[in-house]
Amino acid sequence: MAYRCNVLLCTCTMCVSVGALKIRNKLEEEIKKYNLEDEVQIILTGSSWLCTKGPTLIVQPDDVVYQFLKEKDIPNLVEEHLLKGRPVPSLMYIDPEELNPIEKLQDIPFYHDQRLIALWNRGIIDPDEIDEYIARDGYKALAKVLQDMTPEDVIQEIKDSGLRGRGGGGFPTGMKWEFCRKNPGSPKYLICNADEGDPGAFMDRSIIEADPHSLIEGMLVAAYAIGAEKGYIYVRSEYPLAIKRLDGAIIKAREYGLLGKGVFGSDFNFDMEIFRGAGAFVCGEETSLIHSIEGEPAEPRQRPPFPVERGLWENPTNINNVETLSCLPRIINFGAKWFAGIGTEKSKGTKVFSLAGKINNAGLVEVPMGITLREMVFKIGGGIPNRKKFKAVQTGGPSGGVIPESMLDLPIDYERIQEAGAIMGSGGMIVMDEDDCMVDVARYFIEFTRDESCGKCSSCREGLDAMYEILTNICKGKGKEGDIEFLEELGEAIINASMCGLGKSAPNPVLTSIRHFKDEYIAHIRDKICPAKSCVELIEYSIDQEKCTGCFICNVNCPTNAIIGEKKKPQTIDKSKCIKCSVCKEVCRFDAIKVE
Amino acid sequence: MPKITPEDLAKITERVKRTMILREGTGRAKIRVHMGTCGIAAGARSIMSTLMEEIESRNIKDIILTTSSCAGLCSREPMITVEVQNQPPVKYVDLTPEKTKIIFDKHILAGEIVKEYALAFGSERVP
Ligand SMILES: Cc1cc2nc3c(=O)[nH]c(=O)nc-3n(C[C@H](O)[C@H](O)[C@H](O)COP(=O)(O)O)c2cc1C
Ligand code: SF4
Ligand code: SF4
Ligand code: SF4
Ligand code: FES
Ligand code: FES
Repeated sequence: MAYRCNVLLCTCTMCVSVGALKIRNKLEEEIKKYNLEDEVQIILTGSSWLCTKGPTLIVQPDDVVYQFLKEKDIPNLVEEHLLKGRPVPSLMYIDPEELNPIEKLQDIPFYHDQRLIALWNRGIIDPDEIDEYIARDGYKALAKVLQDMTPEDVIQEIKDSGLRGRGGGGFPTGMKWEFCRKNPGSPKYLICNADEGDPGAFMDRSIIEADPHSLIEGMLVAAYAIGAEKGYIYVRSEYPLAIKRLDGAIIKAREYGLLGKGVFGSDFNFDMEIFRGAGAFVCGEETSLIHSIEGEPAEPRQRPPFPVERGLWENPTNINNVETLSCLPRIINFGAKWFAGIGTEKSKGTKVFSLAGKINNAGLVEVPMGITLREMVFKIGGGIPNRKKFKAVQTGGPSGGVIPESMLDLPIDYERIQEAGAIMGSGGMIVMDEDDCMVDVARYFIEFTRDESCGKCSSCREGLDAMYEILTNICKGKGKEGDIEFLEELGEAIINASMCGLGKSAPNPVLTSIRHFKDEYIAHIRDKICPAKSCVELIEYSIDQEKCTGCFICNVNCPTNAIIGEKKKPQTIDKSKCIKCSVCKEVCRFDAIKVE
Repeated sequence: MPKITPEDLAKITERVKRTMILREGTGRAKIRVHMGTCGIAAGARSIMSTLMEEIESRNIKDIILTTSSCAGLCSREPMITVEVQNQPPVKYVDLTPEKTKIIFDKHILAGEIVKEYALAFGSERVP
């Protein structure tokens, strides 16, 4: 059937949670009303767009995007745009600087500075339609490797491309495959790591939701190269939509003979199954993940031996991250040289990040390696909301660190980010502004890793506990001279004595924040001040007697009746009752509430 | 569903090509039907369905058909704008389904502008 118009509605986990399916129903209803069913087709895509601005949709071929859609907007949108061809500016993306609506997807900086390799098909295909994937050069790479390349050729091609693991470590992918292939044990296994335990990260989930076949094809290419006949995808069970789409995609691929015995009519056999993980952070560590598939407790073990030597059921096993695998079809199709032409000397290709925190365009982005953090935050991310001042960006989640403003011109590159004390990590990127307290941020991450530690090593178990206690005390104004030095020593000790990557990286957020924001620690410890005015125990609320008009709004809203005074007269706060909830500050229209 | 061979990839691609071209916006030609209130009143919907039938019956894959708003020329509706890749857009006015079919054959398929129906072709201005 020939449609003249496609409405691409994002139905990723987040858009569905804010009502994307209601929007679909309403669209269907309105389209029927104008008899446009034969002209306009609705496609449910995954992860198409700005994830905090959902539900979103794109109208093609006009290339117009709409955001924050509500059911009541739909009749107008269908009549104006889909029937009469007049795009509706009030529903378009608003530029955070210029405050004007931008009509075309391609004109939004968030979009046109991105380069899509892993997310090649983001928002453009229906993830449940294998034919649409095929029409975008899908399974061509698989055909190419089976017909024209030996496994050694494939390994060489990936080595030449410079691809490095996107799961956090950045290990060269081709080299890992070669180790695995050369190991004599058999059968060999391929595992895709989709545990994604980094809080706030959702790169892997989005790739799977938007384009499951890229991952399946990537796994087929990897399995052919290393000589594996069986693969597992380890997905956390908190990702039901990703699991459903992947499951459907695997079934379709089997029907087409792309999985199973004699893939594409060749003599290569490969099939895969989904393994639902419990989703603890430590399960993402490769040896722990293997234990989990084997039905053992998900605890890491000493490496070496590495999984490529002794992995799943003691056999050679190659583990790669979702994003690493999803890049492969494009690398095979366009060639190693093309991929190696993107990025920096040692970091090739693109990287997917989930931008979060105090940033205008929070969402999922894929950028070429080598762009600077400044471009990431201010151009693609659209800067900091409410005209607040940028303070730092945290990369690598709980294993990473904070990077201050003075280092914003740092290019995104494995080595350069490491020099700054942080890590590239799997792609979580949290932006912080002047209201964020760096000691509190460090405390938050240590609380997370402390809770997620498997407890096997005492350095990690007890060391993180101790760090957490010291940081909590500092935030409460009970810090002592020498705490900073002690945190540094303890951090080094935990890094040196712990067995797995969790313990070896957990102190990073503390060590980098001490390195770049030592003055904030000192202010908390010596002066008992929180410069960001965020640590509750170190601030006090009071009312500016000059500015207060006695409008009484704060008095009515204070949950503990801590505000006293007569109507039309300046109010005061009873500090013994005040719980520092900040409600008064939010409701006062005269800027009379002071926080010190 | 039968198992496929590498040769089938091209066939499948061909089958869904029109849909993908629409989404990628990379067709050989683009036809806009002006669908303002007066356009609709003057019969733009029938022009749209004529074009859809032409595309469908000839199984054409690389042409984008879309709507656009009022062109500011209410007296000359229904009208369409034809944009063949790498050529300036041409507006056709006072259309009927019959005229539309002729334009489709000559301009869109054969690349020959139908001057007698065109509005000062190559120019966007009213003559
Ligand atoms: C505590 C911890 C958590 C990890 N979590 C993940 C994860 O969620 N996803 C992932 O791909 N790799 C994770 N890794 C890295 C894996 O151990 C492994 O290096 C990676 O999956 C290899 O794939 P790659 O070479 O494609 O990056 C984690 C490592 C550690 C130490
Ligand atoms: S470092 Fe921590 S998480 Fe890793 S094995 Fe030791 S105790 Fe477990
Ligand atoms: S809301 Fe502000 S101005 Fe009104 S009484 Fe409270 S402090 Fe005073
Ligand atoms: S901070 Fe909260 S508790 Fe304290 S005075 Fe204001 S509204 Fe009342
Ligand atoms: S939430 Fe829908 S695009 Fe990310
Ligand atoms: S509405 Fe079509 S020309 Fe005015």
